Amino acid sequence: MKTIKVSVVTPDGPVYESDVEMVSTKAESGELGILPGHIPMVAPLQIGAVRLKTQGKTDIVAVSGGFVEVRPDKVSILAQSAEQADEIDVDRALRAKERAEKRLNDQKRESVDFKRAELALQRALNRINVSERQF
Amino acid sequence: MASLRDIKNKITSTKKTSQITKAMEMVSASNFNRAEMNAKKFVPYMDKIQEVTASIALGSKDATHPMLSSRPVKKTAYLVITAERGLAGAFNSNVLRLAFQTIQKRHKSKDEYVVIALGKMGREFFMKRDMNVILDITGIADQPTFADIKDTVNKTVNMFADGAFDELYMYYNHFVSAIQQDVTEKKVLPLTDIATSNKLTSYEFEPSAEEILNVLLPQYAESLIYGALLDSKASEHAARMSAMKSATDNAKELIDSYSLSYNRARQAAITQEITEIVGGAAALE
Repeated sequence: MKTIKVSVVTPDGPVYESDVEMVSTKAESGELGILPGHIPMVAPLQIGAVRLKTQGKTDIVAVSGGFVEVRPDKVSILAQSAEQADEIDVDRALRAKERAEKRLNDQKRESVDFKRAELALQRALNRINVSERQF
Repeated sequence: MASLRDIKNKITSTKKTSQITKAMEMVSASNFNRAEMNAKKFVPYMDKIQEVTASIALGSKDATHPMLSSRPVKKTAYLVITAERGLAGAFNSNVLRLAFQTIQKRHKSKDEYVVIALGKMGREFFMKRDMNVILDITGIADQPTFADIKDTVNKTVNMFADGAFDELYMYYNHFVSAIQQDVTEKKVLPLTDIATSNKLTSYEFEPSAEEILNVLLPQYAESLIYGALLDSKASEHAARMSAMKSATDNAKELIDSYSLSYNRARQAAITQEITEIVGGAAALE
């Protein structure tokens, strides 16, 4: 099968680099599947999982936002943080989740901190889900 | 002339100091290697984000964004990156001097500027002079990760978006080589000079160019600042390494000259003793 080069890069270095048959992820505008030969495109991503399919296997990478740049032969995902499923520190994510939940209860709904806590909670939940491969 | 014991004491204490500086030199050397690696790992991310930003910002004429256009400047922000501690030669003082002098030159009143300090040395410097430090991070690790500074950087970019200030300059030590670091001034916001050497690609935007710029530009600005921090960290370790190396060398020189005077003093004492004995024996005859 035709494959496409994928790299997931963060400021702290590349997280994932491989040739895959299909990339699917959640963009801001909805679910997005990319096959080899896709037209050049840029789309912002939601906090979520990127699924990378090769030879019947699926690798999963958790990304915290960022965006995807697609070229016919290469897909680059640029996120401020990203981890492969088996590299996620689940304890840390659980702690972050508790912290964020506590903050959500303390803050007023309109405040900036509320928004930040909400995002933190989403990131934590995303990490937990990806590490357990549930999504 | 100093007594034998005084000189001996000086030699011992100088030796101990040189052991410490030698150890610090080695620690900085290993930190420096890692900092250089971190900076290298960051390059692919920065290149890519620059390329995409340039393609979108320059490629589509109709794409406008508040972060791309200059506005009348009422308030200027200065982001100054320093080290957490001294003992790095002129590393901190160089960057602080340039930032301080520029601010003095450009602004008459304190309402016209704010300072964002990354690193303890800078924070203390500006706090002491009572210059508006609105944001600071201290306790930055020797090998910072993006997560360490994300919050502050994010706040900085948001402040610009909210109009708390109208332009943002960055001051840091740019790493040239292990023995040379240049103090650099760089304008971060608004993003007026996005340059790229690569060929521009025309993209489909999903959903629209504006939506993408909303995500992309803050991320780009944040990574510019993070890139400068990594650059500054590499410079810091290199500066500390060479400062400690010259300290160790100086200590060695001092020890040599002390040893020389120690030996001279010892020889003088022996000669004196012999003369005394000979003199005493001659008197008995």
